[in-house]
Amino acid sequence: MDIELRGITKRFGEVVANSNVNLTIRAGEILGLLGENGAGKTTLMNILSGLYRADEGEILIDGTPARFDGAGDAIRAGIGMVHQHFMLVPVFTVAENVVLGVEPTGRFDRLDIEKAREQVRQISAEYGLEVDPDAIIEEIPVGIQQRVEIIKVLFRSAYVLIFDEPTAVLTPQEVTEFFAIVRSLRDAGKALVFITHKLHEVREVADRISVLRAGQIVGEGDPKTATDADLAEMMVGRQVRFEVEKEPVQPGDVLLDVSDLNVLDEREEMAVNDVALQVRAGEIVGIAGVQGNGQTELVEALTGLRPLLRGRVSFLGEDVTQASARRRHQLGMAHIPEDRQRSGIIGEFNIAENMVLNSYYDERFSSGPTLRWLDVYQQTAANVAAFDVRTSSIFDHADHLSGGNQQKLVVARELSRDIKLLVASQPTRGVDVGSIEYIHKRIVEARDSGVGVLIISTELDEILSLSDRILVMFRGRIVAEFDGDKATVNEVGLAMAGVTAEQAA
Amino acid sequence: MSDDPKRETLSRELLKRAVVTRFTVEEVVIVPIFAVIVALILGGITMLATGVSLGTIQAAFGSLFTGSLGSISALSETLTAAAPLTLAGLGIALGFRAGLFNIGAEGQLLIGGMAAVVVGFSLTGLPLIIHLPLALLAGALFGALWASIAGWLRAATGAHEVITTIMLNLISFRLVDYLLRSPWIQRPGRADPISQSVLESAELPRLLLWIDTNLRLHAGIFVMLAAVALIYWLLFRTKLGFEFRSAGANPDAARYAGMRSGFLIVAVMAIAGALAGLAGANQVLGVLGRASPNFSAGIGFDAIAVALLGRGHPIGVLLAGLLFGALEAGGRQMQVSAGVSIDLISIIQALIIVFIAAPMLVRTMFPWAFQKERPADKGASRAPPSQPASEESG
Repeated sequence: MDIELRGITKRFGEVVANSNVNLTIRAGEILGLLGENGAGKTTLMNILSGLYRADEGEILIDGTPARFDGAGDAIRAGIGMVHQHFMLVPVFTVAENVVLGVEPTGRFDRLDIEKAREQVRQISAEYGLEVDPDAIIEEIPVGIQQRVEIIKVLFRSAYVLIFDEPTAVLTPQEVTEFFAIVRSLRDAGKALVFITHKLHEVREVADRISVLRAGQIVGEGDPKTATDADLAEMMVGRQVRFEVEKEPVQPGDVLLDVSDLNVLDEREEMAVNDVALQVRAGEIVGIAGVQGNGQTELVEALTGLRPLLRGRVSFLGEDVTQASARRRHQLGMAHIPEDRQRSGIIGEFNIAENMVLNSYYDERFSSGPTLRWLDVYQQTAANVAAFDVRTSSIFDHADHLSGGNQQKLVVARELSRDIKLLVASQPTRGVDVGSIEYIHKRIVEARDSGVGVLIISTELDEILSLSDRILVMFRGRIVAEFDGDKATVNEVGLAMAGVTAEQAA
Repeated sequence: MSDDPKRETLSRELLKRAVVTRFTVEEVVIVPIFAVIVALILGGITMLATGVSLGTIQAAFGSLFTGSLGSISALSETLTAAAPLTLAGLGIALGFRAGLFNIGAEGQLLIGGMAAVVVGFSLTGLPLIIHLPLALLAGALFGALWASIAGWLRAATGAHEVITTIMLNLISFRLVDYLLRSPWIQRPGRADPISQSVLESAELPRLLLWIDTNLRLHAGIFVMLAAVALIYWLLFRTKLGFEFRSAGANPDAARYAGMRSGFLIVAVMAIAGALAGLAGANQVLGVLGRASPNFSAGIGFDAIAVALLGRGHPIGVLLAGLLFGALEAGGRQMQVSAGVSIDLISIIQALIIVFIAAPMLVRTMFPWAFQKERPADKGASRAPPSQPASEESG
């Protein structure tokens, strides 16, 4: 089944999300759709999957114009979407999740779960997905959960599968397995669309690449010949440097000294287990690990947002184990939180208010009980200009900024004062290539000026390109340490999956 | 070096105020106006449906207007009714801003009013300049203490403030009944629960006696205006207000920023309680002169509607308080001259709140007054920065 999008235009008010987009999706082919956040990828795919209707243009299925009045129409036409955030019921089994909404029923509407399990098993075997229909969703790893999403789409007889940023939550090894699945789906004659902003992935798996920028298709690429640099230039509209330029590390005094750290998560289970680590002035320490291995709890414990079960944290020689987040902030600890939407910014506040979110009490911005807004505005305008936050006014609401600009706002806030240590958790998650480059540059600059940096990231590339020293976290423990210059993707990737050096040898 | 002047100009550019968007204007101004109009129309339809003749309906709306705005006396009544509504509404609005839903204004108002009455009749021989502020202060203080109980329970144990403030309301009703029968409060020689009268030195002076001795407008109106200014200053000019707003808009971000959530909860409740207590004091010292069971007369509940209609903004609350005061005053006139029950006013007030709470409903009813498509669509709202993504200097 071939699909053609012809002249698709979609506007939201005055904002043009897609402008005259032409795109062909062919059976037996993997189309890589590349673009920065906010380039209009998701809008385009939401039009294709029936969630939005295009203002102009048409969708042709095998040459016949189709009209979708909702997601149901698209599904019936054989178009299925695997969303970035899985839509699964955690306490249900795989089979129950797959049939949810289209349950095979017997007499008197009785749920025929036997039939459902059989069908799941069949699909699973056909494409080599290896999923147990009786497994409970919350007990299986994220990589398998993603396969359940794929089965869900296949179960609804999809011929066209759209994957929205499918590798964001996977380990490098899971990504390899995922690519194998995608290829087997292609070989079975399905048409696949792979939405991503990761260049090397799209080059590895796609048969054809289309690049979207500012709502328009700006180019096509052949994955065999195109280089990362070519694609990035198309995506961003200018040349992008990938290599982070760094001076050789010159570690200074120990700034942060953590020993015997144990932390519980919300469910009162051990999330951080006997962790010890040090960060020195002028070095970048990276903590690699698959999401959910205790990194969140570790960061919260270090920044004073979560009580410790046991252990000691000292910062600049002072015991801050019991110190509040405010106290640590005052001592010169900066924190880029992992989820800017949840805790890094306040969407309905303007940029200026967000710029002083954790330093408003400082004498730079307040006297007595009152805030000196004029000083806040001056400083914000200077920071916004210095950190390249794209906005027309500092009185804009933060949630009107794109993800990359929101993150630059957070980075500006944290780096624009005199700090000793930066704890950066997922500093470039959901951020476009241009902003990633910029944020990395600023972090390295901070390190060169003598700031100690602790980066926690699930993006292995990021850890490898920035870190002077790499620690790998697995199930709450630090399981491996590597020299930043010598570590390889494979070594660190294996450690992230819990395979120790001895086991691998 | 050529970078610096460029950055300077950019900074100056950034300091320009953003233009108020059409959408904001619609939300803040047009929706409330339509809500009021539709509620009045539906109020008329309600009368029609219950067999009230067209002539009477006309008379009812006529007297609603003349009773609220039509004369000096009407204006005096409107302002007198608006003062406690605005005061208590400010407290509730402050709670909204900080993410707390304080249902307890009614109880806080009763407790504060009682305290003001007690101070008002028991301290003798003081000049007005000392006695009145003392009585007002007592009202604010006891309202604050009463509300802090709910705040403390929330902060220390996580007990939800909606539940605890409702319970505290019920307790306060009975507590006031009990106190009104105790010998040191009850008026001598009376068997029914009624307090001694507030001394003249603690009364909020009437302001318009020089025009007509029946005009009830009193100095409480100044307390109200001062409170509006104070809460505006607190919310938008102080560190504490910034913390309140942060905690309300995004508690996780407030915690991340090192704000003390427990302290903030207690502080917000205390200030809200103080305002409700002032509303109670305003009633007993300015209008009633004594306390009797249910002297709060539902003001604490109407104030929730006032805070909602005022969008949690001090100026909005003032305007909403004036509107509700006008409805109150006009409603009484309506009952007298058109014979339509004042309960209709409650219906109209409730309808206003329904339409305020459901702006989409208003937008659908009057599509011509609003922009066709709004960019607040979830999927797109991340995408549209004010300039296209392709704008790039290099």
